[in-house]
Amino acid sequence: MSGYGIEDLVYILPIVFLLVWALVLVLVEAFTKRPDVTMLLAAFGLLAAVTLSVIQFGTEATAFKEMLTVDGYAVFVYMLVLASGLLSLGLAYDYNRRMGWARGEYYILMLFSIAGAMLMASAANLIVVFLALELLSIPLYVMAAFVPNDASSEEAGLKYFLLGAFAGGFVLYGVALIYGATGATNLMDVVAAALGTNSPVMLLTGAALILVGLGFKVALVPFHMWTPDVYQGAPTPVTAYMAVVAKAGGFAALFRVFIAAFPSVSADLTPVIATLVVLTLVVGNVAALAQKNIKRMLAYSSISHAGFLMMAFVTYGSALYADAVTSLLFYLLAFTVTSFGSWAVVIALEKAEGKGLDFEDYAGLGKKYPMLSAAMLVFLLSFAGVPPTLGFAGKFFLFRTVLEAGYAWLAIVGVIMSLVSAFYYLRVVRFMYFEQGDPEVRSEPVLNLVTAITVVGTIFLFLFSGPLLAWASEAVLALI
Amino acid sequence: MDANLIVFIILAVVAVGSALGMLLNKNAVYSALFLILNFATVAVLYIILGAPFIAMTQVTVYAGAIMVLFLFVIMLLGAEELAGATKIDWQKPAAVVLGVLLLAELIVVIFFRETVFAEFAELTDFGSPAQIGRVLFNEYLLPFEITAFLLLAAMIGAIVIARRVRQSPSKRES
Repeated sequence: MSGYGIEDLVYILPIVFLLVWALVLVLVEAFTKRPDVTMLLAAFGLLAAVTLSVIQFGTEATAFKEMLTVDGYAVFVYMLVLASGLLSLGLAYDYNRRMGWARGEYYILMLFSIAGAMLMASAANLIVVFLALELLSIPLYVMAAFVPNDASSEEAGLKYFLLGAFAGGFVLYGVALIYGATGATNLMDVVAAALGTNSPVMLLTGAALILVGLGFKVALVPFHMWTPDVYQGAPTPVTAYMAVVAKAGGFAALFRVFIAAFPSVSADLTPVIATLVVLTLVVGNVAALAQKNIKRMLAYSSISHAGFLMMAFVTYGSALYADAVTSLLFYLLAFTVTSFGSWAVVIALEKAEGKGLDFEDYAGLGKKYPMLSAAMLVFLLSFAGVPPTLGFAGKFFLFRTVLEAGYAWLAIVGVIMSLVSAFYYLRVVRFMYFEQGDPEVRSEPVLNLVTAITVVGTIFLFLFSGPLLAWASEAVLALI
Repeated sequence: MDANLIVFIILAVVAVGSALGMLLNKNAVYSALFLILNFATVAVLYIILGAPFIAMTQVTVYAGAIMVLFLFVIMLLGAEELAGATKIDWQKPAAVVLGVLLLAELIVVIFFRETVFAEFAELTDFGSPAQIGRVLFNEYLLPFEITAFLLLAAMIGAIVIARRVRQSPSKRES
């Protein structure tokens, strides 16, 4: 009674391919010891996985005894994290060589963690959610501690590992309680059993614990304490990578689990989620005001964006959740493009031993490197949500959904916090254009390419945000 | 009085005794050895309860692998003799409160809720190695495979981090 067929593997071919490719690269790296070769092969693997995902678009299927769901939502997130993987390879390639610690294992670990993020987007079983979360996280802990003999990188790795393991425990405990309450770990069975119970205390506690554990991963306040330290201490390409991919995976799993399994307790959870959103927005943005280091500032900024993304969740129990998922996916796309662009500029200015990361180091950038500072300006405007950038479109669709769901006060908080955020983003602009300084930038072809792609993406995709949104909503339809 | 009960009483005495020995011993290595004895007796308890798979896992994973790791860490750090462990003020009262809570919970469960045990006593063959294997490789094949990749990723990561420590042996701090 095995019940598995080759179609199970075919449905999740992008993930299977990526994992097998990572195994091949382990051997390649062991025998050639050429990090650049491994990097090129990893990029090839990611491109192949993107192609496989494109072919997959439109599939609606469950695989492995309903443990995985392949639908438009999952494939959208696949493409997002695979593209993030390609961009962060571009960020890491020159940086790792410049800093003198290029090692092939970096790219292999990254492939593993991308596969974890993809599994999170597809997971339809709580056990798979947990395992995929760990597959996403464990390589991240190592990558955060990747710099040899560097205390701050080691601190970042250890801090992230200890707190991440703790958060993983929360998720696992939540899964256990849900299993205790419903006798199931499959999302479909959980929701069926949950409708039959009239005392959902255990179910509610379990759902709340999963929210805490995944809230840690995506850096929601009050589970955000690790974020600034880890983002600052980790090597910058790793920071860029985890800021996006950990969020994409975490939110993808959170949304699927909550919509599929916990609609019956949404009345109890929505106030909790709304509180988390407000806390995250306020703490993230206000703390970012006080930062002088660009990496810490971007860390707090990414916390605040987690708050914006979480905003989509307040509507998860209502009839509008399809719109909410659409705007979540769109915002995630906008955040990904903008975030990688801004980190690319940070990497261009960064020097060895954590130098070149203060706001003062950006003084005079506008005069000496007009192209680069114009790029940074675009990214900062997109972060703040100013048209004509992708960030504006993301915020626009998000606030619209929240308004339609009847949470006008939440949308107002969001708008106010966007204004606050404009203040600290524009401080960097002030340093770039109105202060005297002599910054030094190394021109590295791959890094410049990433910057160019993301600038073009931030502006160009804004012009096509209508079709993009339609695409995202098409991706969501299957979820219903 | 059947043989099971006699074996249980002997094992229980050994288990409690070794647990006390682990707690009260000042030498960390002796403590670790007491813990191994404790794990082994608990493993035999699992066999009596009809859970041979958990018993085996207990021996190989806990008494075997994890304890070897403990001993290595203790010896590498040279922490055999705990000179004066740092005391935390609220630790003792907190321990008393939690202990009383646990005791109360156990009393409630054992004396006032007999049905809890009755439901589970019926299951035969549940948790046998053959049964677990069947479930693991049929229903939970995918989680099993993901775990395999997870462990591989963790192993590669550990080697990446450890290889670097060897390049700078002087950086070890205590």
